[in-house]
Amino acid sequence: MSSLRTERLLNLVIALLATRRWLTKEQIRHAVPQYAECESTEAFDRMFERDKEDLRELGVPLETGTDSAWFDDEQGYRIDRNAYALPEVELTAEELAVLGLASRVWQQASLAGPAARALVKLRALGVETDEDSLVGVEPRIRAAEPSFDPLYAATRDRVPVSFRYRRPDGATAERHVQPWAVTSRSGWWYVVGFDRDRGETRAFKLSRIEGGVKRIGKPGSYEVPDDIDATQHVTGAPSSARDVREAWLGLRPGRGAALRLRAVPEPAAAGPGDGDRPAPPEGWDVVRVTVQDPESFAEEVASNGADVVVLGPPDVREAVVRRLRGALARQQGHLDLPGGPTRAAPAGARTRRREGVR
Amino acid sequence: MSVGATTRLSRLLAMVPWLLQRQGVPLEEAATHFGLTADQLGKDLELRFVCGTPGHMPDDLIEADWESGRVYLDNAEAISRPLRLGVDEAVALLVGLRTLAQVPGLHDRDAVESALAKLSAAAGEAAGVADSLTVDLARGTQEVTLATVRDGLRLHRRLHLTYLVPSRDETTERDVDPMRIVSVAGRWYLEAWCHRAEGVRLFRLDRVVSVALLDVDGTPPPEAVSRDAGESLFTPSPDDLVVTLDLAPGSRWVAEYYPVEDVEEQPGGGLRVRLRTANPDWVPRLCLRLGGGARIVTPDDVADRLVATATAALALYDAAPA
Repeated sequence: MSSLRTERLLNLVIALLATRRWLTKEQIRHAVPQYAECESTEAFDRMFERDKEDLRELGVPLETGTDSAWFDDEQGYRIDRNAYALPEVELTAEELAVLGLASRVWQQASLAGPAARALVKLRALGVETDEDSLVGVEPRIRAAEPSFDPLYAATRDRVPVSFRYRRPDGATAERHVQPWAVTSRSGWWYVVGFDRDRGETRAFKLSRIEGGVKRIGKPGSYEVPDDIDATQHVTGAPSSARDVREAWLGLRPGRGAALRLRAVPEPAAAGPGDGDRPAPPEGWDVVRVTVQDPESFAEEVASNGADVVVLGPPDVREAVVRRLRGALARQQGHLDLPGGPTRAAPAGARTRRREGVR
Repeated sequence: MSVGATTRLSRLLAMVPWLLQRQGVPLEEAATHFGLTADQLGKDLELRFVCGTPGHMPDDLIEADWESGRVYLDNAEAISRPLRLGVDEAVALLVGLRTLAQVPGLHDRDAVESALAKLSAAAGEAAGVADSLTVDLARGTQEVTLATVRDGLRLHRRLHLTYLVPSRDETTERDVDPMRIVSVAGRWYLEAWCHRAEGVRLFRLDRVVSVALLDVDGTPPPEAVSRDAGESLFTPSPDDLVVTLDLAPGSRWVAEYYPVEDVEEQPGGGLRVRLRTANPDWVPRLCLRLGGGARIVTPDDVADRLVATATAALALYDAAPA
């Protein structure tokens, strides 16, 4: 099957490249034997529409027009010969080698296929590659979210879209967006664009999009501002402005490996407020660590259970106690799922990933 | 089927100009250049044989001859120039190159930069679309770690790792033979043959506490087979413990973040998920971290462990359970 279709497409390309005049659909039907064999005009129309799409996707510059300025002639087709060919590019073996690596970065078929095809085109320029020079470093881009493909395509074509978006509290709403950019951050994908409902630039996390992405306009129906910085919209305000603080931890001997790695050398003199700090259990180690975000730090400490205790400051102690109580209450059924007072509790990790995304 | 046909067409349109410039090139050489077997190339050449310019008189057919083991093409002027890149093709390569450019300590950086410049010029307007797709690779991985691991790969030397396993709260010491470095979903991993586990293991580079290059050959044994990057990197084993969790709406990210087998919507926006883990300790740790955002439904002994741990931890603070 694939052979027949490949032949048909190749015949179509050759017919449209060889002609200087515009070919009408009827002429094309006669020129390409596989079309001529079509039993009905409808079948031919369907086939031809699909083939045109495929050729455009491959980069073939398919044009429509007519020879006559005076008569209302039927639209004709041809391939723009000047635009058809790959511009002269001279690639070195090293450049082609990194291009080979770049072509394997994509994990999903929607871009892995085009990447592989592009590489074949560039290889045909005649350079031999030397991929041995690239030892084993393989970045991979993967977008498991089903909304990635339609949103990338909408961004590429500048088509407004709508989708159902779930807020962190579980509520969903229909959103209408002009997508400007698709971007990944710490393994999560976001689309950044103009939110028509809110009237401003917003970032949406793809994993929170439920169901399909609908196109709600024509291609090229808006302009993308030149100066958008998608990454900035996703990360929000820089967190470095926040105060970096210190916390004191008690660690059960041999436990808390990850926190021990973060320990900063203890100064000879006792730290500020040292006298007020509760003592750790007998025989435990005491370390000092720097804390950027108390909430996410409390999550890490809480995950260590009864092997780590925060000695100070008090608000970090409090944040850990809140988590421990929340986990216990939830497990023992004192908190009913969903909702409950813990809704705000697991803030750290989640909020960190969500910053700037509303 | 349609993907197969367009990919094949694209290959043909690339191959014809190449072959025209190399009349008489050995079939094997041409096949190798395009990553095909001689048989596959033969099949492609057969195809082209029946294609030709409109009219399809015998003279019009593209003629291919490869019976002598050398390839000759004739009458293919119409497609004698290589086809330009499609938009998605240019985007895929440009974004791929920019991703490569983010790899810390990349020694082929010059080649990446010059390839980017040349490709951008050749891609024309498609280069603009590539600007709207950006990828932020893993941050925070110490360059020193990555550099040493790369040295191990390049020189085929064994590495000694001090490696943190947070889910078991351990640092472990092990010797590994490096196979490759992969970045998946924002994180860098070393795939290596681990002599301690006697198997292929993935090591997150941000959990490598220290790494040393050993003066020992580090060629992995023949049974060390790379797992394909992507989902399968994290394929759970059927022997793993099955855990069912109820997630509060605010903890739905767990289902996105960890490989879960089954997700069921709950009234009110929560989720019930089923996941497999080789390490049951990990689950109470996760629940403590979530601070009430999740409840262990089954198994009971893991749920009991969570209650015991939380109670003991609260005692450290002289705090009542609620």
